[in-house]
Amino acid sequence: MTPLDFVVSLALISVAAGVLGSLVGLGGGVVIVPVLTLLYHVDIRLAIGASIVSVIATSSGAAAAYVRDRMANLRAGMFLEVATTTGALTGAYLTTLLPARFLFVFFGLILGYSSFATFRRRHEDAPLTASNDRIANYFNLHGSYHDLAEGREIPYKVVRTKLGLSIMYVAGLVSALLGIGSGALKVPAMDSAMRLPMKVSSATSNFMIGVTAAASAGVYFVRGQIDPIIAAPVAAGVLLGATVGARMLGRATSKTIRILFVVVLVVISLEMLQKGILA
Amino acid sequence: MTGAGRASGTPAANPPDPALEGLGRSGARRELTPAEARRMAEKVRQVELAISLVLRVGVVASVLVVAVGLGLMFAHHGSYLALRGPLSYRALTSASTSFPHSFATLGHALARGEGRGVVVLGVLILILTPVLRVAVGVVSFAYEKDTPMTLVTLFVLVVLVGSFFLAGA
Repeated sequence: MTPLDFVVSLALISVAAGVLGSLVGLGGGVVIVPVLTLLYHVDIRLAIGASIVSVIATSSGAAAAYVRDRMANLRAGMFLEVATTTGALTGAYLTTLLPARFLFVFFGLILGYSSFATFRRRHEDAPLTASNDRIANYFNLHGSYHDLAEGREIPYKVVRTKLGLSIMYVAGLVSALLGIGSGALKVPAMDSAMRLPMKVSSATSNFMIGVTAAASAGVYFVRGQIDPIIAAPVAAGVLLGATVGARMLGRATSKTIRILFVVVLVVISLEMLQKGILA
Repeated sequence: MTGAGRASGTPAANPPDPALEGLGRSGARRELTPAEARRMAEKVRQVELAISLVLRVGVVASVLVVAVGLGLMFAHHGSYLALRGPLSYRALTSASTSFPHSFATLGHALARGEGRGVVVLGVLILILTPVLRVAVGVVSFAYEKDTPMTLVTLFVLVVLVGSFFLAGA
């Protein structure tokens, strides 16, 4: 395969990764890392560098539309970033402390459980109308969004902000430690714990993952993990895909997004378990 | 907006407007009057549009620079362009491939007009977009006179900028 074939085929795959990532709020890393390592036999370090690029591309590409259309909860997202960035920073210095194998098995199990918890909530999607959460009320994290699938404005209240903050801290920690899974814990933290509507959780996760990834991107750049011939087609393809995906989220039903998210989460969880057990 | 029409009635009779709800500034102890709530909603909207614009500009700038860099790479190395041939992409993606990974080497690559340097510059623009977005968030919440959220966002910005310095780029 010549460099031109590589760039063109990778760009096309990246478009698909961008669409999927922007719909479920996970960034394109889920697709990009296995494709680069298994299909193109690229070194894992360079694949993780490309994954960081794809996460930031998904985030910025989709969030531009989600913020404008008020699909993402700007205040909740920016508030929770306190926990994710702190987690990412601590994670960068814990890398040598804990064995990666143990972490992969541990988080594989956690993600397996949270995919089950997310799936179980598929019939009880009604947003909350009241909240006695003191943090959420003080910072006014509640919101509303216009659901194109249902054709109406849907207001919602936020609860259990402390639990949400704790999960977000772990989400930042994991993404810095393992280089993947930054959105995989963010969506359940908002959907299951804080009770934001599914589509808002996905859009807000998209808004946030770019900042979490940016917090560790400097390290990846200095370590020489961002290879231009890989990063170029990934960045361009994912940005295009994310722009398309952001137009689709509003029209899709919450249930579709939820099921799609669960499927992707099961795949990531199996991927992590496989890395932890077989590596 | 529906909120504008309703605001002329007596405040007590107004049902809570879902579009306006959650727009009050955080930490506020008293209810905002309808006029205040409307001004607040306008400010919040301006902030949303500003943040969306920052993201859009960052994304478009980075795509353009990356595309130019990719074009230069292929223009300088004719052999990359072949559809079939002995040259494999793996020479460019192995662990020993050299490419800029510090500001100094990036500067040299750009000075020589190397395509890969231009691509890396585009990727750096992409990486800095979320950081710029947080910075705009700080200014925006200050403009909304929302002190708690301003401090929260400022903390995130400090951690982000700190992470770049700790990385030693």
